[in-house]
Amino acid sequence: MKLTEHFQYGLNSPICLTWELTYACNLACVHCLSSSGRRDPRELTTAECKSVVDELRKMQVFYVNVGGGEPTVRPDFWELLDYSVDSGVGVKFSTNGIKLDAARAAQLARTDYVDVQISLDGATAGVNDAVRGPGSYDTAMRALENLASAGFAQPKISVVMTRQNVDQLDEFKAIADKFGAQLRITRLRPSGRGADVWDELHPTAAQQRQLYDWLVARGDGVLTGDSFFHLSAYGQALPGLNLCGAGRVVCLIDPVGDVYACPFAIHENFLAGNVRSPGGFETVWRASELFAELRQPQSGGACRSCGHYDACQGGCMAAKFFTGLPLDGPDPECVRGFGEQALAARGDSTVLPRSEVDHSRSAARNSRVNAREPVPLTLTAPPRRPDRTCDASPLAGVELV
Amino acid sequence: MTPSEHSESVTEEPVVEETLVEEVSIDGMCGVY
Amino acid sequence: MTEREPDRGGDTGQAFDPGRPYRRSPSVALRPEPFGALVYHFGTRKLSFLKTPQLVAVVTGLERHPDVHAAIDAAGVAQAQRPAYLRALAGLAEAGTIEPRSRTSEPETSEAR
Repeated sequence: MKLTEHFQYGLNSPICLTWELTYACNLACVHCLSSSGRRDPRELTTAECKSVVDELRKMQVFYVNVGGGEPTVRPDFWELLDYSVDSGVGVKFSTNGIKLDAARAAQLARTDYVDVQISLDGATAGVNDAVRGPGSYDTAMRALENLASAGFAQPKISVVMTRQNVDQLDEFKAIADKFGAQLRITRLRPSGRGADVWDELHPTAAQQRQLYDWLVARGDGVLTGDSFFHLSAYGQALPGLNLCGAGRVVCLIDPVGDVYACPFAIHENFLAGNVRSPGGFETVWRASELFAELRQPQSGGACRSCGHYDACQGGCMAAKFFTGLPLDGPDPECVRGFGEQALAARGDSTVLPRSEVDHSRSAARNSRVNAREPVPLTLTAPPRRPDRTCDASPLAGVELV
Repeated sequence: MTPSEHSESVTEEPVVEETLVEEVSIDGMCGVY
Repeated sequence: MTEREPDRGGDTGQAFDPGRPYRRSPSVALRPEPFGALVYHFGTRKLSFLKTPQLVAVVTGLERHPDVHAAIDAAGVAQAQRPAYLRALAGLAEAGTIEPRSRTSEPETSEAR
């Protein structure tokens, strides 16, 4: 049996998993998949986090993809990083770079089994800051410079592909080359705040083709987060596992210990349990009903008759869910156009699923009946509205370098 | 980016003998991170 | 990853020689599964799947034997299967999953990561 067939039935332990350490963030990116901004007062404590690491070690999870929010604004981030790598659980963490001064960069260069990933969504400040906020491009560049100067080998630059930056692929590659970094591009999904901007920001059908062609021609050495397998229906499959691993190979642990099928599915429908429950993470992974369901053989549903199903596997569960499409039908960005048809077939009064989990710092997100109202993309500095439920400011201790 | 010899590509392989090793690149499985 | 010897895997030009001692690379984590074992190389980010328990036994046993042939024998691999196993091990050497170890080194007591 092929490895991917084994994966579809689930594994005794995840291969890796995403761990969002905090919902606090110094930025307010318009497409944030976790709707981050304010720290949640119920965040896992340092001791609880170490217990999770202990479990992952016992389960022989190979590495964790740490993010948030901005994980480095947790004061215990560095302690947890060391604890994890010393325990034998590799750490890859994603950051906007805010804390990566020369000293931290040097510290990282001395640390084994750690990967650093700097988020960047535009090859120019204009394109980037429209999504990530004023100054964020400069912060990212500074972090990359510091890492390069410290001799940190091959950080990653992670780019969410949007309508605004697809034309900048060559420039992203050049930036990566300049800093000795590896380029990583991932798919925008209508998750978290991404739901509000997906219509305006997701690549057009022509741009998807452009992206696929670029990956085939120039994508050697470019990582994709295994997130473009829906493009495999164009022809030659892209390297990678090319299947949805949610609840089977990977999952998400969120800042309050909730376990979801994947980081793009932070919604009660995809909540498998909580690490604070008896039996901890291991029990959630091995015994949750949601995961057992996901590990059932998938039939393909409405996509069964399409010759490309073997390659695209029906696309992304989260993308379908948050655009109000049935999970056993086409991906909204199906390269054959079936997704567009399905989107158009939604009634005008379709109410899209919204997650209750929202730690955004700005005013309440627009409540949208359907996905067709434009949202202005220009950002002002996020208002410092005090959050009465939260003792600590999410920006406490942050020196804006 | 062409798949390496050992990678899990979608092309059919002659069913002579089952390979003992399968190799595939994994990059976080749709993780943003 | 840290700035140290580039850990791209691969045998740095040396051909696989089953008459020499080998070991599982320290940059590799090996996790038994019902269907064999998953092997993750921290340097190359490649995930490998060892599809038989015997191959798993050979790979984990390498460090305890004076050469690859002895490790294959100890794992009870049938004669008819030997060529296939040698080919598989050559591939693992090329990928950096296994590497030559010094003849003079003691068998290591490294734990599986």
